[in-house]
Amino acid sequence: MHGIGRYFIFMGNLFIKREPLKTYLKQILDECIKVGIDSIVIVSIVSSFIGAVTCIQTAYNLVSPLLPRYVISLVVRDMTLIELAPTITAIVFAGKVGSNIAGELGTMKISEQVDALEVMGINSVSFLGLPKIVACLLMYPMLVVLAGFLAILGGYLAGTLTGVITPQDYIYGIRAEFQEFNVTFALIKSVVFAFLISSISSYKGYYTSGGALEVGQASTSAVTNSCIAILVADYLLAQLLL
Amino acid sequence: MIEFQNIKKSFDDKPVLHGINGIFHPGRTNLIIGSSGTGKSVLLKCMVGLVEPDEGQVLYDGRDFTHASRNVRRDIRRDIGMLFQGAALFDSLSVEKNVMFPLNVLTDMPTGEKLDRVNFVLKRVGLENVNRLMPSELSGGMKKRVGIARAIVNSSKYLYCDEPNSGLDPQTAILIDELIKEITEEFEITTVVVTHDMNSVMEIGDYIIYMFKGQKLWEGNKSEILDATVPELRSFIYSNKLVQALKETEDR
Repeated sequence: MHGIGRYFIFMGNLFIKREPLKTYLKQILDECIKVGIDSIVIVSIVSSFIGAVTCIQTAYNLVSPLLPRYVISLVVRDMTLIELAPTITAIVFAGKVGSNIAGELGTMKISEQVDALEVMGINSVSFLGLPKIVACLLMYPMLVVLAGFLAILGGYLAGTLTGVITPQDYIYGIRAEFQEFNVTFALIKSVVFAFLISSISSYKGYYTSGGALEVGQASTSAVTNSCIAILVADYLLAQLLL
Repeated sequence: MIEFQNIKKSFDDKPVLHGINGIFHPGRTNLIIGSSGTGKSVLLKCMVGLVEPDEGQVLYDGRDFTHASRNVRRDIRRDIGMLFQGAALFDSLSVEKNVMFPLNVLTDMPTGEKLDRVNFVLKRVGLENVNRLMPSELSGGMKKRVGIARAIVNSSKYLYCDEPNSGLDPQTAILIDELIKEITEEFEITTVVVTHDMNSVMEIGDYIIYMFKGQKLWEGNKSEILDATVPELRSFIYSNKLVQALKETEDR
């Protein structure tokens, strides 16, 4: 309870007496590169393989000759959009970006860099946390869109190259019974997950005290807590919106 | 001028400061000395607002800092510069950007003017042609100098130094001490230095507070300290063989 209360105080401090917005612009841009551009490779690899594996495993499970083959790509599409692209990418994002945020802030905290900001009269919570959170909110939905696209592409390549589905069937399945809301749902999830990962990791890093050992613990704890929060939010959003 | 009245602070019901009073005047190097764990750094943190005192208040030129609103505190803090024990330079920024940081965030100065100011303070602390270096490329002494440059770049009226000599060789330590003293006098800053280094005390101690177990046991200046009669202070001073020898020479 103490931790949750402190988390909400931390969130409140993000917006109270912050510096003028122009102060954050360059920082937000830098953070966008760090959390967005630098995550493209890992997100691309993970999502392509997830799409490929989903395609192969769906084909493996569809043993009934009564089911048309295009169902494989339909399943790949829906699983990717609704669950795999936003959620699995979020777990990967928490591991890469969340641990980075917590490690960076934790190191700044123990080496008195945060105190240096406070002594200068700068609200260190908003100065350090806000650009990271805004950058994640801006970049993560884009990564999810990329992940969704690459997963479907990965499924296409795996399915057609192994011969489990023809290119025509795959394209047909991708287009069949498409629900636009699934994209909206994925984007809603991506914004919620981005907020959870960035805010939890910033909070964990900011309240680090001690030395190198504690910075490592803060990073681990940031990833663990982010993953739990993602899964809980995933369930709640599915219940509320589907 | 910095005035602190009846500062009390406890952590988990364990008292660390027992009502400390004092006045630090501008243009003087004010020292808070004492052994490790006597509450020097806690007092310093109470004075800059990094730790909230349980009782008492800190006044900056008559302005109450401890009970002030967030905005007033912010205004006062913008007049404060601080050199941290490990210099606390921002790892991701070059020397130039580190020193320029307070100007970037706290002022609307044009870029050219900011650059001139940065070069001026870097030159003043004896560092030139290091603008592009990163903190990881600097020696301990250079980091401290950059820390001082950053602390005074915004024309601070109050300068705090937390153990400025820690981790430095004796020669560099003296240079840093001299630099702090010169800057204090030149810019008429109220400087507060927390240290347990007797060399610093004898070098720059215009006004000295000796703390022992969270209490102020003695105050005076460097010429008076060798004759102090407080037993705890005497044992603190004369644990340093150099000071012991100096005293013996003086007595002869």
